[in-house]
Amino acid sequence: MLETEFNVRSPAPGWREETQRAASPEVLLETRALCFDAGGRRLIDRIDIDIRAGRRTMIMGANGTGKSLLLRLLHGLIPPTRGEVLWRGRPLDRGGRHAQAMVFQRPVMLRRSAIANLRFALAVRGFTGSERTTRETEALQRAQLEGLAARQARVLSAGEQQRLAVARALSCAPRILFLDEPTASLDPVSTHAVEQLIREAHADGVTIVLATHDVGQARRLGDDLVFMHAGRVVETGRVSDVLNAPRSEAARAWLEGRLYLDSSS
Amino acid sequence: MSSFLASLGEAVGLIVTGDPDLLEIIGLSLRVTLTAVAAACVIGLPIGAVVGALRFPGRSLAGVILNSLMGLPPVVVGLMVYMALSAGGPLGPLGLLYTPTAMIIAQTILVTPIVAALTKQIVEDLHADYAEQFASLEVGPFDRVVALLWDARFSLMTVALAGFGRAVAEVGAVIMVGGNINHVTRVMTTTIALETSKGNLEVALALGVVLLTIALIVNGAVMTFRATAARVTYA
Repeated sequence: MLETEFNVRSPAPGWREETQRAASPEVLLETRALCFDAGGRRLIDRIDIDIRAGRRTMIMGANGTGKSLLLRLLHGLIPPTRGEVLWRGRPLDRGGRHAQAMVFQRPVMLRRSAIANLRFALAVRGFTGSERTTRETEALQRAQLEGLAARQARVLSAGEQQRLAVARALSCAPRILFLDEPTASLDPVSTHAVEQLIREAHADGVTIVLATHDVGQARRLGDDLVFMHAGRVVETGRVSDVLNAPRSEAARAWLEGRLYLDSSS
Repeated sequence: MSSFLASLGEAVGLIVTGDPDLLEIIGLSLRVTLTAVAAACVIGLPIGAVVGALRFPGRSLAGVILNSLMGLPPVVVGLMVYMALSAGGPLGPLGLLYTPTAMIIAQTILVTPIVAALTKQIVEDLHADYAEQFASLEVGPFDRVVALLWDARFSLMTVALAGFGRAVAEVGAVIMVGGNINHVTRVMTTTIALETSKGNLEVALALGVVLLTIALIVNGAVMTFRATAARVTYA
């Protein structure tokens, strides 16, 4: 049996159940029969996954398959219709949320300078005085934006804004960082810079959960992969295993660029 | 046409000669209006921001009420304030009727809903941008409101201008609670109404031109300040 740090306990019916669990790292985040309905439709359907500390989990799948929604549910931005999200074994609460951060596809910049964006995030997370100043400086250095600290964040380039967004998220010292297609609209140079930030964060011990369409990015950054189709997790495993030899028809079709429609989607 | 030109000439003459009565009236007009707008901003900006940014039971109703109150009839406000401040009213002992303070109170009541409703719309739109980031950072209600008001400050200058426009042109309420007493509560609009009723149309028109000029100067000054501040901030 393939051993990964990732575990899907009970995937959607019709898919072979996987029970791959490594012995070591702590399960930071887990979902139990997670469902989300909207407009009379089930958009997230009975998802059971574990996210283990220190791993880099890539969430992949076609547009509209529920990747972004799953990230928002995991981060507690929206409440599930059914099921639950557990943080270190207990229902996700304010304490758990404080240990998390999220970067969105379109970086949300306040109408302030780059450094003021950092200062705001740190202030609401309770950092004050010299510690806040130190973290601001470190974040600007990390994002390579020292020379643009006083520049309005909204006039920075898309790549600079996304670097600032990642640095802002990391400045709050999260244990887990969610990233929703953070390089979807960036050129290769900016993508590389953002990926470097993610690598550094992971090297510092931050657990990464990243939704992406980019197979190359998943290979470059990921340890584990969750493949979604029609709101369900249809395949999981190590990135290389899933991408090189997908077992599910949905993942195979997507990787081959074929249109895949099943009766339940 | 000739009377209009004559009025223009008279207006220029009044301004150039520095007519003391006119200057007194302009001064009181600006004092009453600017004080009322400032008070309306102090009250209306947070109310609008709270309704625009936070979710609470009755929020939609609050929005409808704010929008509806933008159309408050000045004479109704004047009547309510008159009744409240008159000798038999609850605030009668304060002796405020027929004072500039009474006019400020009336104008504040008229302008506050305008400030609050327009603020609500601006803040609501900005909050739509910020909502997920705020949720991710777990920004509390107070910090949300403060952050949104700060970040929308340049747009909110236009809100203050809208309030100024309403207040400076208002006549119904201030004449009821101020009484248009010479050297006490006489302002531009009440003077125009008085001169018109006396048949001094040229003087009334001249005062109207002065009023428009003042409104133009204030708007120009604020918009210039806004543009400069925004340019410096977003440079």
